[in-house]
Amino acid sequence: MALTPAGLLAQAAEAASQGTVSIPAYGSFPAPGNRVAIWVAAQVHLFFAAFVLGVPMFAVVAEAIGIFGNDTKYDKLAKEFTRLLLVSYSATAIWGAILAFGLITLYPGLWSYLARIFAPTMWVYVGLFFFESFTLYLYYYGWERWHDGRAKLMHWSLGILLNIWGTAVMFIANSWLTFMMSPPAEVMPDTAPGMVRLWSAFANATWMPINIHRVIANVVFGGAIVGAYAAYRFLTSKTDEERAHYDWMGYVGNMIAIGTLIVLPFAGYYLGREIYEYNQQMGITMMGGFMSWAWIIQAFLIGVLFLAGNYYLWVGMGRIPGAERYTPYTKWMLVVLVLGVIVWATPHTMIANRDELAAMGGTHHPFLGVLGVMSAKNTAVNLMILTTFLSFLLYRRANKRTVVPWARTGTMIQTAIFVLAAVIVLFYGVYGYFVTAIVRIGFSVYQVLAVLAAIGGVVTLDIMIMRGAESYGAIRWGQMPPRSQYALLILAVTFTWLMGLMGFVRSGIRQHWHIWEVMRDTSEFAATPPLGYAAQVISWCVVIFLGLVGFIFWVGSLAEKPITSHPRQDSLPSTDSRLASAPTGN
Amino acid sequence: MRFWPKEPFWQGVAVLVMAFLLIVFGIPYLPPLLGIPSAPIPNSVVVQYMLTALVGVLLWVSDNQTRWQQFKQPFHAVMVEERKKPIRMILLVLLPALIGFIAYGRVKPSLDAPPSFRAIHPAPPSSITFQGRTIEITGLENPLRTRGSLDDHYEEGKSIYYENCLACHGDLLDGLGHYSHGFNPTPLSFQDVGTIAQLAESFVFWRIAKGGVGLPNEGGPWNSAMPAWEEFLTEDEIWAVTIFLYEQAGKTPRTWEEHAEGGEH
Repeated sequence: MALTPAGLLAQAAEAASQGTVSIPAYGSFPAPGNRVAIWVAAQVHLFFAAFVLGVPMFAVVAEAIGIFGNDTKYDKLAKEFTRLLLVSYSATAIWGAILAFGLITLYPGLWSYLARIFAPTMWVYVGLFFFESFTLYLYYYGWERWHDGRAKLMHWSLGILLNIWGTAVMFIANSWLTFMMSPPAEVMPDTAPGMVRLWSAFANATWMPINIHRVIANVVFGGAIVGAYAAYRFLTSKTDEERAHYDWMGYVGNMIAIGTLIVLPFAGYYLGREIYEYNQQMGITMMGGFMSWAWIIQAFLIGVLFLAGNYYLWVGMGRIPGAERYTPYTKWMLVVLVLGVIVWATPHTMIANRDELAAMGGTHHPFLGVLGVMSAKNTAVNLMILTTFLSFLLYRRANKRTVVPWARTGTMIQTAIFVLAAVIVLFYGVYGYFVTAIVRIGFSVYQVLAVLAAIGGVVTLDIMIMRGAESYGAIRWGQMPPRSQYALLILAVTFTWLMGLMGFVRSGIRQHWHIWEVMRDTSEFAATPPLGYAAQVISWCVVIFLGLVGFIFWVGSLAEKPITSHPRQDSLPSTDSRLASAPTGN
Repeated sequence: MRFWPKEPFWQGVAVLVMAFLLIVFGIPYLPPLLGIPSAPIPNSVVVQYMLTALVGVLLWVSDNQTRWQQFKQPFHAVMVEERKKPIRMILLVLLPALIGFIAYGRVKPSLDAPPSFRAIHPAPPSSITFQGRTIEITGLENPLRTRGSLDDHYEEGKSIYYENCLACHGDLLDGLGHYSHGFNPTPLSFQDVGTIAQLAESFVFWRIAKGGVGLPNEGGPWNSAMPAWEEFLTEDEIWAVTIFLYEQAGKTPRTWEEHAEGGEH
């Protein structure tokens, strides 16, 4: 029998009838079954992998700021990031092994097929993984030894190398999973795996979009987990010094997560576009078919992210002298965000009972139906991004007094840029209802460009306006109410759940195919599970991951020395009476 | 404002009450005063909107330490102050009663069908069997747009529509034909920006040809009484009526390239 997908799966039956020993198509995992076993293993592995790939990216940036900005607190921060990385690394490998063994024992037919195509890349993967591991050990354990001059630059180079190895490892693994989604057109159900060209399978249609999306998402996820770690350490801190350090670390984690999140939708858009281009049916299943409700949940979760990220900044303004100038504006920003969430999460097809359907005359609401389409949602999310950027800007300016003579004019120009961007976003959002779909698609590009141009223009102006700015007083790091830290924890939980949900969507749109239209899933778990069931599995994955992360971080903290420095010694009123009256209510 | 409460707690309550009135009464009844059609909002969406508003209120009262202390003060007073004991006792009875009432509403037997959890668009198959022949749906274009006169096809489609579709989909293509009130949900309105304007002609062809019985299993149960028109119409007749639908509704079909955009929620 030929080694085609169907052939591999049929070997078991044939072998059984002939009385010969052969590999069965599927193994068996006790309740909850093969599918959930592989699902949990893959998802938890992915959570850890995303963390250990995302953290080195900003660790190496923080170290660079420390080196070139001559600021040791960033160097200490980078080291602490890397310590988190070190203790998470083995968990990533363990879950990777569980996933690999799960595939080998539960889905031997699929594994055999993939291995026959991708065997050379699997060996490269192992080699790179080896280099990555030892580069990480050198990077972390060499931190104190190579801390000056050229040695420090060499150490920093190790950090860059670590990122290169890690990214290459991820790109290889991405090729395997994207091949299952979008095998090249020449691969047919009767194509023997030995006949499939490796590069064609490797660089398939969705490979690069997934690569880009995951690189960005890893940074977002890493930032969120680091923020949660800092929040946990803040809440359990015993000294003001520790509180100040972890307050600052939490701020950096939040800034990385939310700042990078702003560009993630564009990568997601690219991936979605490629899925549609590869296969129309798969695209409609994802966006308009039975997976469409996942996007409403996604809108809610991203709404939570925006709200929590902004909330953290607004609460943080309470510890910045001079921030009271801006606090009256926060309620209006909140109004924009809440309205944005409402619009974004308004379903086009509403859940309604019989009477409600009759009153609406169908599943589309005659008035709110306009909020269910892309024009409204693009407008809402772009305005939310602008608002979040405004929060960051106000936070950044909060304790600064401008000295350049044209500061007022500059601020007015910044305001005008904001207003102009918002008007452009609104104009194309409304105009989108009056044009054909092909024109409307182009409008979303104009909206995004308007927002990005506004961000670029405002930041450039702000750097110039703030040149030589005086301070209203140093930020009182550590004087944050505990509820702000819960916002950071919510961010981490939401990001983790969101990753699980979108992972389910990406994988689930293959429906009853192991490899889309090449190898059919003939097991008892072939059907794509409904959203409610998926939500339960995703929640278990999140609980397992966060439970393990909590344990790992706790173990990691057992051996550490107490924090002996903090971001701004001069600003920390360690024995100041202000700390004694620091807000502690939650 | 004279009547606007000063305490954050009551300000929050006022915002939520106003949001509720706007959602439950404002949206259904105000737009019709301006000639804009509207309808009551399904409970699922009311809950969704109110939860979002509640989160917004909670964020607002707690993003400032002074306001947060003021917001918590009424709770604190009701829980511990002696003079608030009557209120405490009333709440002690009312809150469990309210929870019980909600629980009762959730579990009491109902004859209503469960709410539909419909997909927006069913995912079309890559190919269908039409009157014994296989037709590839992926990449399919309306052949009549490049053959013969568009006006002739429009006229033919018009005749077919009035002979077969009018009774349900209506004279104005708004889904309010003579029989429409016998269906729940009513037939699709082609004037709606969310129906044929979002779809390629091949999708419309598939839906007309296969009707409600040909809808895919995933995303079901489907509430569609649409017949499978391949039993009554030829391939060209279905394409002709597709042309009529788009021309008459003033919509433009999506092309295959346009689908690269992603879908609509």
